[in-house]
Amino acid sequence: MSDQAATLFLLGATHHTASLELREKLALAGAKLEDLHRALQSLAGLREFAVLNTCNRVEIYGVATTPDTVDRLQASFCAMNQMEPALFEKIRLNLRGHPTVQHLLEVAAGVDSQMIGETEILGQVKAAYAAAQARGTTGPVLNRVFQKSFQAAKHVRTHTAIGEGQISVASVAVDLALKIFGNLQPCHVLILGAGDIGEKTARAFKSRGAGRLTVASRRLQHAQEIAGSLAAQAVPFERVADTLSEFDIAVCSTAAPEPVVTPAMAISAMRRRAARPLFFIDLAMPRNIAPEVAHLANVFLYNLDDLAKIAAENLALREAEIHRVRALLADKAAALWQQVEPRIGGNHTAE
Amino acid sequence: MTFLGLADRTWFWLAATCYLIGFLLGTAALLRDRRQSRLAIYTLVGAGFILQTLGLYVRGQAVRGCPIGNTFEIFQFTAWSAIALYLVVGATFRLSLLGYFTSCLSAVLTVLSLANPVWDATRHIAAFGGNAWVEFHAALALFSYGVFALLALTSGMYLLQNYSLKQKHLHGLFSFLPSIIELDQISLRLLVAGVVLMTWSLGLGSIHWVQDLASVDLPKLLVTAGIWFAYLATMILRLSGKLVSQRLAWACVALFAAALVSLPVVNASRHSVPPVAPALGTRT
Repeated sequence: MSDQAATLFLLGATHHTASLELREKLALAGAKLEDLHRALQSLAGLREFAVLNTCNRVEIYGVATTPDTVDRLQASFCAMNQMEPALFEKIRLNLRGHPTVQHLLEVAAGVDSQMIGETEILGQVKAAYAAAQARGTTGPVLNRVFQKSFQAAKHVRTHTAIGEGQISVASVAVDLALKIFGNLQPCHVLILGAGDIGEKTARAFKSRGAGRLTVASRRLQHAQEIAGSLAAQAVPFERVADTLSEFDIAVCSTAAPEPVVTPAMAISAMRRRAARPLFFIDLAMPRNIAPEVAHLANVFLYNLDDLAKIAAENLALREAEIHRVRALLADKAAALWQQVEPRIGGNHTAE
Repeated sequence: MTFLGLADRTWFWLAATCYLIGFLLGTAALLRDRRQSRLAIYTLVGAGFILQTLGLYVRGQAVRGCPIGNTFEIFQFTAWSAIALYLVVGATFRLSLLGYFTSCLSAVLTVLSLANPVWDATRHIAAFGGNAWVEFHAALALFSYGVFALLALTSGMYLLQNYSLKQKHLHGLFSFLPSIIELDQISLRLLVAGVVLMTWSLGLGSIHWVQDLASVDLPKLLVTAGIWFAYLATMILRLSGKLVSQRLAWACVALFAAALVSLPVVNASRHSVPPVAPALGTRT
């Protein structure tokens, strides 16, 4: 086939174009991904390809050498996912040429993500590229485009605020603890209540290097189960009042209808640790910690609303950076397109 | 007296310019919500320190001793001591924004002293009468003031961080501040170091004083001993856990303000000598 017809393309669906139910149908779990790879490898006219498969997107990047390659690929993809081609066409993302490059750069930089600026997507793009390389399905065009997308993602993270500030409640809590203690390694974290959000926050502290974790719950067995999975210690709920001064950070998420940490308890704890701050994180509703505790010197109290507000502010800051990031990436995409276009061998426009 | 053809005050102006540029660059970075380059601030403050050292050297040659004989020289020496400490503390503990605040304080101290010609109208030649121990005592006392200057800065930063976390204002300048624990630890070290240096200095001075009780005027004696006692009491209260967190920080800021205000009082207590008179054995 003539290289004059060759094109760089993207075919797929993302959270911007398809609902969760439809994305579930398209998800390439387990053997389906293998089947797709085999189908694509045998597809005539597909010179290079790589598949990016995450919970929010299924995207096939490729270099097609015939005009109908993408149509045949789409038919094969729909058949594999048992989806009507007409329905897929309503939700599909189909780009050709330069916009494909721009899109990949934005995906790698986290601009196209549901949680703007998140970093996990860059790892997923790298994994998709590594998998395609291992299979030998990439070539001079995709190699260049993917490698440059990693550099572009790093560049915008360094030079813009797209990745600044945490946007999940648990990560915000950990960031605040770092503002108080600097280093979490010497910190002793108390997880009071064995609910889901408390457990998530405990895991966030663990992953960011908290030295010691203790789980306390009215249901000691449940506390022991969670403590086991976190390499933490479990203690009976009743012991907390007497030992509060031993902890640097207390994450509270019990279902108690009234405060489990009273001002008297906090004052008593601070008498025994006056020079060292105590950080309370109240994730419960109704609140577990009496609001008056916040007035004590060297005591810091954040509740669910405070953390959610900070997360929302951080997200707003990231969103405010989108235009700047897109402009930066557009320049990079244009330069990159000039480099790869001769390697593809044709003229390309967005569909 | 000049060095490389430049007079002492020219060197001091050049140093003040470096501190001022460091402060302005830092402010510009903060206004743009960007972290200031640690290397840039360290380079600027380091250059300012070298230029100020040259200024003090030229002045020292002219007055034939440590240049701490008038209010202008005392302000310059205090700023120089604070910068010398920052260059050690900043490199060791890598406290974010400390360089910015140090350059700000040094810019204020140096520009203020340069802009007040009255403070430098009278220069004392060999102000310590050739007594090296008395000169060492005075230099050590002023160096401890430099330590307390840095302590006031870290305490101010502590208060800002505490306000930020209590009021839940976490963006802008606040997002670059070091943690509460880091600031508390560095403040405690500076407090202990300052008290040790000042005690050493007063110990040396008292040996000279008991031999000649008239050599120190009562206002100077009271102010100096008062400042020393206040810092000593603050240190003891902090070590015993009775004065902590923002109350400690406020105390350190207030004490340094008092120490700074007391400097002209201490200097005014100097027994009067003719200006630029050679080696008259001026007593402190």
